[in-house]
Amino acid sequence: MSNTTTSKKTPAAYNYVDSRVGFSAALKRNLRKVFPDHWSFMLGEIALYSFIILLLTGTFLTLWYKPSMTEVIYNGSYIPLKGIPMSEAYASTLEISFDVRGGMLLRQIHHWAALFFIAAMVVHLLRVFFTGAFRKPREFNWLLGLALLTLGLLAGFSGYSLPDDLLSGIGLKIASGIIQAIPVIGTWALYFLFGGEFPGTEIIPRLYSIHILLIPGAILALVTAHLLLVWTQKHTQYPGPGRTEKNVVGYPLLPVYTAKAGGFFFIVFGVTTLLGALVAINPIWLYGPFTPDQVTAGSQPDWYIGFLEGSLRVMPAIEFNIFNTWTFSPNILIPALILPGLMFVLMGAYPFIESWITGDKREHNLLDRPRNAPTRTALGTMSLTFYILLWIGGGNDIIATTFNLSINSITYFMRVALIALPPLVFIATKRICLGLQRKDLEMLLHGKETGRILRLPDGGFVEVHQPVSEAELPKLLARETYPVWELPQKVDANGIKTPHYHRQMLKARISAWWTKGDLPIPSAKEIQAGQHHAYEALEQASEFGVKPGKEEIVSATNH
Amino acid sequence: MAKFRRNRFASVLVLFFALGLVSIGFTGINKLVTPAAAKIGSEETLVDKGSALFAEGCSTCHGLNGQGTSDGPTLAGVGAAAVHFQVSTGRMPMAAPGAQVMRKKPSYNEAETLALAAHIATFGPGPAIPSAEQVNEWQNASLAEGGELFRTNCAQCHNFAGSGGALTNGKYAPSLGLATPLQIYEAMITGPQSMPIFSDKTLTPESKAAIIRYIQELNKSENPGGMDLGRVGPVTEGLVLWIVGLGSLIIFAVWIGARVR
Amino acid sequence: MTNKFDINNTFDPDKEDQAPKISKEITTKLPTAAKGVDHYLRRTDTDPKAARRAEIQVATLFGASSFFTLVFLVSFVAIPREKKIAVSLIGVTGGQNLVLGVSFGFAILLIGIGAIHWAKKLMSDVEVVQERKEIKPADDVQQEALDAFRVGAEESGIGQRKLIRRSLLGALALFPLPFVVMLRDLGPSPKGELRETAWEEDLHIVTDITYQKIRPEDIPVGNLVSAMPENILEIQEEEQNLNERGKSAILLVRMRPEEIKSQQGPDWDYQGIVAYSKICTHVGCPIALYEQRTHHLLCPCHQSTFDLADSGQPIFGPAARRLPQLAITVDEEGYLIARQGFQEPVGPSFWERGA
Repeated sequence: MSNTTTSKKTPAAYNYVDSRVGFSAALKRNLRKVFPDHWSFMLGEIALYSFIILLLTGTFLTLWYKPSMTEVIYNGSYIPLKGIPMSEAYASTLEISFDVRGGMLLRQIHHWAALFFIAAMVVHLLRVFFTGAFRKPREFNWLLGLALLTLGLLAGFSGYSLPDDLLSGIGLKIASGIIQAIPVIGTWALYFLFGGEFPGTEIIPRLYSIHILLIPGAILALVTAHLLLVWTQKHTQYPGPGRTEKNVVGYPLLPVYTAKAGGFFFIVFGVTTLLGALVAINPIWLYGPFTPDQVTAGSQPDWYIGFLEGSLRVMPAIEFNIFNTWTFSPNILIPALILPGLMFVLMGAYPFIESWITGDKREHNLLDRPRNAPTRTALGTMSLTFYILLWIGGGNDIIATTFNLSINSITYFMRVALIALPPLVFIATKRICLGLQRKDLEMLLHGKETGRILRLPDGGFVEVHQPVSEAELPKLLARETYPVWELPQKVDANGIKTPHYHRQMLKARISAWWTKGDLPIPSAKEIQAGQHHAYEALEQASEFGVKPGKEEIVSATNH
Repeated sequence: MAKFRRNRFASVLVLFFALGLVSIGFTGINKLVTPAAAKIGSEETLVDKGSALFAEGCSTCHGLNGQGTSDGPTLAGVGAAAVHFQVSTGRMPMAAPGAQVMRKKPSYNEAETLALAAHIATFGPGPAIPSAEQVNEWQNASLAEGGELFRTNCAQCHNFAGSGGALTNGKYAPSLGLATPLQIYEAMITGPQSMPIFSDKTLTPESKAAIIRYIQELNKSENPGGMDLGRVGPVTEGLVLWIVGLGSLIIFAVWIGARVR
Repeated sequence: MTNKFDINNTFDPDKEDQAPKISKEITTKLPTAAKGVDHYLRRTDTDPKAARRAEIQVATLFGASSFFTLVFLVSFVAIPREKKIAVSLIGVTGGQNLVLGVSFGFAILLIGIGAIHWAKKLMSDVEVVQERKEIKPADDVQQEALDAFRVGAEESGIGQRKLIRRSLLGALALFPLPFVVMLRDLGPSPKGELRETAWEEDLHIVTDITYQKIRPEDIPVGNLVSAMPENILEIQEEEQNLNERGKSAILLVRMRPEEIKSQQGPDWDYQGIVAYSKICTHVGCPIALYEQRTHHLLCPCHQSTFDLADSGQPIFGPAARRLPQLAITVDEEGYLIARQGFQEPVGPSFWERGA
């Protein structure tokens, strides 16, 4: 050891710890671990950093917040509420906002960070979906991510309710109405959660322990697992020069990635803090304390619950009476419980469904370009359209007053649009993807259009095509196609029934739909011919005294 | 049409120029005090002036004696307060029919408005314009109680901060940002358009004063937390988050990932 | 050199062995510069002056961060809590929040910008490559692990000793029950409270917040009153919660008797004054967006609309049931009272609610 060139004397402190912990092997393996560099790989980081900010600011808030629904008379420094009876929870939130120095800032950073946390998880999920990063070996991490998103929503809603202000109280009232509507056990569930009827005096302390203990604990555990898997599986990367399924190209953990990721933490924290300083969020002092007989126009949840608000608003009034004894309320159950349940189940099942359709059980470390998986991309935009429409439906009153529309018309429009628009978006997306593929194919088979027209001595005109550069080539070559499963015969030649005939039939049909419109993959020969042709044309052009551009020289010399 | 009407008003304006000057001077001294009719002229001359204005600007839709036509409702029994509210907020005369009449720049000055109100009040008994003492009572009212009453009686339509909100079929509760104490008082006792009435018996003058006090506090538009985003709740907060917040973080991320030359 | 266009991108599921071959040995080699990745030299790589400039920029950013932290510390003490300042675009805002937040925000942000500027301009930007090792361990390792498990299981005898296995499974299945049972006292058993409100015969109707009894003549046509039963404060005092307030809140509205198309009971109005529950039958938001001309009542949460002139029937939105009506009359002194309690449960649906 001591005679290798790089080794110097081991620092005593390092030696002291290492001989008790023994971390040198792990450090040796990991300190120069490679991470690919791309902006879209940082979306998940935003979520992680927001979570750290939430833990930090949340801990501070617990020092002053009192999770109690005991009635007190407010006597703090916010004059318009002085002398009003309110819960201790609300009074202590006012105290944090107006009597604790920096308290308002902490509250606002905490709330902005919560909105960031969930928004970043959503865009991270979209990136993972549209690039196919959920494929083997990363299916578990996809599921972990969905669990984190669910927990994030619960954390958000439980935290939003804690100040016990009028707006969050209305949100809790809605939640209680939804719970109450659950068939058979609804009333019991309501009584168990609220300790009796709504609002009772139990719900705030209970939400508090859920919000500061149960959910953050679970999130912390799942985030750890999520990151460990990223660590052991190594990050995916986009196709590019030198990047293969078997390697990872990027910057080492120390120093570049540490500086970039660490720096990005400070940037996320800084931006959140600036928002907390400049833009008011959740001004509970304007909402007033909660009482169950008051309400305000524009009763809205935070953005991440908006899709549920929208689905509740858009749902038509369907309710049944069963034998005049039981009330069954699809007008509540479908939009508030079944729909989100279905959304999460479908998202969770998606990686397995896709690999069942394509039959692809291989490991994927290179990401798909969204255009190269047209059906998946179209399914994604279709679902996103549905979600965004629900979201808009949840803000229809604000939209109505802002744009002078009628809430009734918006609701009727949404009822139709929710069914009609997503399929249209599916078709449009798929066509756009195939169009982009065709463009890629053009580049492979004929070279890149330069827009420069050359007049030949014989009077003809040709457009100069330029060979595709070395840097672009891997991207263009990354597309794959999948076979269509053959329609099974019900009975084979020997008169033996095909096992799982119906399942195979279904699979064959779905796979035909999945691969519909796929462009053929050109052979190596065709590509070579195309690129060579472009190269020759370029040569020809220079023969006639046309000087190729700098870029053209670079790409031509690569051939 | 609107232009034509404005021209007609212009001639009326010239006619009552002197009256207008007196009124402007008066409101200039103290905006809180409503010019009492008696200070401008006797009740009768006021009604006469109002009558002329009415024939000129209102009778086309409301009928010569305010009996109402197919274009406008009867004015019998609406009272002076309703007239003063509608005209001083510019809602009447109406620019164009729609789901709701919008607030705009008033077409008449204060004196003309009072004259119109006095004239229309003769069509039938209705709520009178509240006295200056009644209106100014808000300065002594309880702010906190006003807040409670506001949230119980007003916030459901006008929103927690008086920013307004949507009603059915394109109707809406307007923002209270421009409403003067007198106009708020008048709206409560007359129930303009979709708004219900809050009579002095079920919502006492003291309660009304407290509500006005609270609205005045809201209209100061102090935002202890920073930019208030229109005070319409979490919808605009979400927009800021996605566009400004996440937008800027993604710009930073792109900067981090971009190659340096 | 192999042909770089030589690709076989049509995936054939029949060929098992298409998974990319990944070297199975654990690589402990330090990553090396990636081949085939184009690398440009930055100005800071070639020009020492540019490098020096970048160094000063980074240091300035870090220095500015320290400065803003100091600003934060000073303003924490110097700016009084109640100080308000007017800023363009923001309006009048809390001075402390603004200054503390902006200084703290920049103190944090500048560290981040500095670190990234440093990484981008001065740290090595040569991309390196690292081989992936296959995630699945080698077959023999797998076998060894399974063997270890088998040996352990055999040594314990859990396979053979059914008695032990079954009794253990039984014990393990039962022991969490106390946890579940202990949840029992999270809430009382429902005893039909959802069907009941404080309203009963002869109870006075009082205004909310001010708690004044109401005479019919106090309510002109078009008037709206948010009202409560007269004993609401006593109930609140007794129960120490706001539950009753959330069920008994009502709205009083007066319309011309001829405008009333229908009611839930014969003459449940009093001279055109009708009383309806204020709690939406959808999920229970209080509703009071009453349009006096159309007699429509709109819920601000999900926009269910009820027609108070027509038995409180829902005419738009997700609510499927009418708002319960309270029959009212006056006592000898002429104050409005309830003639009886609500005849159906108020508020949102629940399973055992029935018709």
